[in-house]
Amino acid sequence: MNLKPETLTRIDEVITHYPQKRSGTLPLLHLIQEDVGFVSDEAVEWIAEKLELQPINVFEVITFYPMFRRKPIGRHHIKVCRTLPCALAGGYKTCSKFESEFNTRRGEISPDGEVTIEFVECLASCGTAPVVLIDETLHENVGEARAQEISDQMKAEAAKRG
Amino acid sequence: MPAPAERRIIFKHIDEEGYSNDIACYQKHGGYDVLQKAVTEKPEDIRDEVKKSGLRGRGGAGFSCGLKWSFVDRKSGKPIYLVVNADESEPGTFKDRYIIHQDPHQLIEGTMVSCFANDVKQAYIYIRGEFPEGARILERAIQEARDAGFVGKNICGTDYSCDIFVHRGAGAYICGEETGLIESLEGKRANPRIKPPYFPAVLGLYQCPTIVNNVETLCHVKHILEMGADEYLKIGTPNNTGTRIFCVSGQVQKPGYYEYACGEVTIGQLLNDVCGGPLEGRQFKAVIPGGSSAKILRFGETFTIKNKDGTEKTLAVEDIPLDFDSLAACGTMGGSGGVIVMDDSVNMVEALANINAFYSHESCGQCTPCREGSLWMKKISSRMVHGEARPEDGELMVSVANQIAGRTICAFGEACSWPTQSFVAKFGDEFKTYNEDKKSRAADSLELV
Repeated sequence: MNLKPETLTRIDEVITHYPQKRSGTLPLLHLIQEDVGFVSDEAVEWIAEKLELQPINVFEVITFYPMFRRKPIGRHHIKVCRTLPCALAGGYKTCSKFESEFNTRRGEISPDGEVTIEFVECLASCGTAPVVLIDETLHENVGEARAQEISDQMKAEAAKRG
Repeated sequence: MPAPAERRIIFKHIDEEGYSNDIACYQKHGGYDVLQKAVTEKPEDIRDEVKKSGLRGRGGAGFSCGLKWSFVDRKSGKPIYLVVNADESEPGTFKDRYIIHQDPHQLIEGTMVSCFANDVKQAYIYIRGEFPEGARILERAIQEARDAGFVGKNICGTDYSCDIFVHRGAGAYICGEETGLIESLEGKRANPRIKPPYFPAVLGLYQCPTIVNNVETLCHVKHILEMGADEYLKIGTPNNTGTRIFCVSGQVQKPGYYEYACGEVTIGQLLNDVCGGPLEGRQFKAVIPGGSSAKILRFGETFTIKNKDGTEKTLAVEDIPLDFDSLAACGTMGGSGGVIVMDDSVNMVEALANINAFYSHESCGQCTPCREGSLWMKKISSRMVHGEARPEDGELMVSVANQIAGRTICAFGEACSWPTQSFVAKFGDEFKTYNEDKKSRAADSLELV
């Protein structure tokens, strides 16, 4: 596994938080996914060895929790809330807007590699619906117009980066 | 009658100008005074005080906090754990988010006091994966508290030591269920455990006695000790003490969070006076009062409930006081305090289809009735919306729901059945006439599924 030294330090630290190593499964998956972008077969084996588990113990956790992914995604991850309070405020239109702006469909990487758009279940910010989590930043009251603005900004940043 | 003024205890400093989430600001406002005093007292006295306050859990079940603590096996010789349930995942609920982001030390102090009271040496905060910023804020706040001697070794200079670590979830709703949460904290799939024998108070985390409390509940503990149980008891109504944070979402003028003494406001006061009523030109149609699994209430229906003296009274939806017992008497629940409002623009078949999609996605898959049943209900309601609805579909879904509730390891079985049972019971006509209704509606009407 080719992990950043900082990730390795954090991994060794987090394992000490628990009396049983197996509790480190979710924290390690998060740390590796943040570092590498997804959880590869190699990562599954590596975590299992690190925590003295069988690979299946790690694999069954990945397939249970929606946030862990086995494949790379676009540069930015756009998670649009699908659940009732957001849907009542137009969340489906918000999601469609992002899809058309980036010329992609939910669950796929956009052709320019910039984004992966997903519908997710409740993000626990129903009072400011519809909400969208982009990478680690929550955006509130994202109707179609706001989705347009955010998309424009993201595209401008991508153009600047070249 | 207009609504009384808000009574902010837990949310006192939320959105307050100049209030920041660092320890200096918290201490300037009297923060950690309660902990410093608590560690000089006897743990059992603190437990008695919490029991006396009548505090009921704010996560959903409304179970007595003092009673929960009293179940803890203190003679096993094993360590006792406390786990903060910050998984906040019941749709419509968004109170813990603001406590974590804006006043994390309030939670840490409540947690430490509760740890001291229960002889806990290690606590974990299980925070949902969708709160990455919240997790960072908590970690920083815990470190500040550690540096100041309020967390970690020799708390407040005493020989009592207890640490807190933050543990992030990864997007699974079932982790809000306390035994599922414990499995997840152990590094496994969050399949809830069967009770008996796995009552967390006896066989919880690592098979040790464990207390799992909601974020807001632990914040209340701090305030109970600050004001004393006798004062706390004066807030709210008997058996429904303290304040509650109502998270209002959906089709209403001013959605948001509002804190009131339990039972002090009615649904009508909250939605009309506090939240400004329905959107322009619309009328309220239905409300889910305690998170999306709570049974729906239809505006226009009435309830006959018993008074304490044995007489009966009839209430409209607007008249129902927002407390645990009144809502239960009206066939629904206070749950997590998430109030979801729907107006006359919403088709109830489509709203149910949205909720069914949520629960089928979130079933852990362990018990057959829930795993299969939640999916069937989703498939039927989605077929109604996207294909051909049959007049008998509502009853068909209810027959599925009736075979889930009560037949599963955890309460998810009820949570996924109650929406279908209540939507069809109260809006049965809409399920019978969905095809015709859909044809007569504008093509660009609200999309819910």
